[in-house]
Amino acid sequence: MVWNKQEYDHIPGTYVFDGRKSSMGYRLNKMCMSFNNKENREVFANDMEAYCRKYELSEETTKAVLTGDWLQLLRLGGNIYYLAKVAIFHGQSVQDACAIMQNITTDQFKQKLLDNSAGIAEKKNKAGGFYG
Amino acid sequence: MAKIVGGITTSHIPSIGNAMANNLQQDDYWKPLFDGYGPVKEWLEEVKPDIAIIIYNDHGLNFFLDTVPTFALGCAREYFNDDEGWGIPTLKSVEGDEEFSWHVVQKLIESEFDMTICQEMKVDHGFMVPMNLMWGDKDTWPVKGIPLAVNTVQHPLPSALRCYKLGKALKTAIESYPEDAKVVIIGTGGLSHQLQGERAGIINPDFDIETMDKIVNDPEWLTRFSNAEIMEHAGTEGIEVIMWLVMRGALTDKVKLIHKHYHAPVSNTGAGILVVENDE
Repeated sequence: MVWNKQEYDHIPGTYVFDGRKSSMGYRLNKMCMSFNNKENREVFANDMEAYCRKYELSEETTKAVLTGDWLQLLRLGGNIYYLAKVAIFHGQSVQDACAIMQNITTDQFKQKLLDNSAGIAEKKNKAGGFYG
Repeated sequence: MAKIVGGITTSHIPSIGNAMANNLQQDDYWKPLFDGYGPVKEWLEEVKPDIAIIIYNDHGLNFFLDTVPTFALGCAREYFNDDEGWGIPTLKSVEGDEEFSWHVVQKLIESEFDMTICQEMKVDHGFMVPMNLMWGDKDTWPVKGIPLAVNTVQHPLPSALRCYKLGKALKTAIESYPEDAKVVIIGTGGLSHQLQGERAGIINPDFDIETMDKIVNDPEWLTRFSNAEIMEHAGTEGIEVIMWLVMRGALTDKVKLIHKHYHAPVSNTGAGILVVENDE
């Protein structure tokens, strides 16, 4: 049994959510999906560890859920849209989670976004034809 | 006969929904984005579409990972938004058009696009944020909405080329509907962003700006990229741009550009807006 090599494997710092990841993280993502229901959110908030047990998460995954170790959860097959449903229990947005994945503050992460967007006015002018 | 009045592209970032819920459109941070929608709304007032087909991806509301359709079309009378679990406001339901949807899905399947047919389909922010951006200031939705979901979440995803071809099949399907209806096609998502890993936070304005130009003038350019190549340029979530090609495929080979706008960063992304009309 072997997972195929993929064309995107070489992209650094990137955890493409594919069959390999989805298969690995199925129970974790299924637990996250249950948080679309308010009562389930209350049960989870009341005893997170017990809730993880109910979904038969591994010790490793449970620990990462409880501590909000987002990078580890990506490695274990969590999908970011599903992890967003857990981040809220840690009082975090996706942006906060992105910062934590890189071990920087949210303000530093926001600065990174600004830096990456630097010079867009000139770029738009150069490309021409922009109305807005 | 049904007629395609034009196509729109827009981001569907959830925080745009929150900004609207909190009336922050004139706020310094949000104004440069929302200003881009003024001309879109004016255009919509002018063409007055009856039906909006919104091409979006579900982020874990209707579809879980147990069953992931590559392409799915809503064939319901009404579509409901619901709790996505992380605190974004739930919006009022959107009326559908069953007869139209069933016609479209039949034609698509006859064109060898084996759509998943959904008679119940909860629509998440990917669908609702664009509805809200276009018509959120009205008391009732002035259009019927039809969700067309594309899997951009769990790889393997459809290719850019496949999405473009789906758009072409969609054009034929819509234009063969016997009843008069004005249809607008809205391709959502993108542009560059990555929400995960050490590489999270990439925004690539050069690629976004080039992509926007090519979507208008040379859409086949983007169909030559593999999904891995798009992700390399635009980030893992930037792959959503393939949904813009569904819209673009549904229009004529040459289009008339009505409006174009780009701003970054908006939340974590480069946000592009286009309005195009058929040029016949």
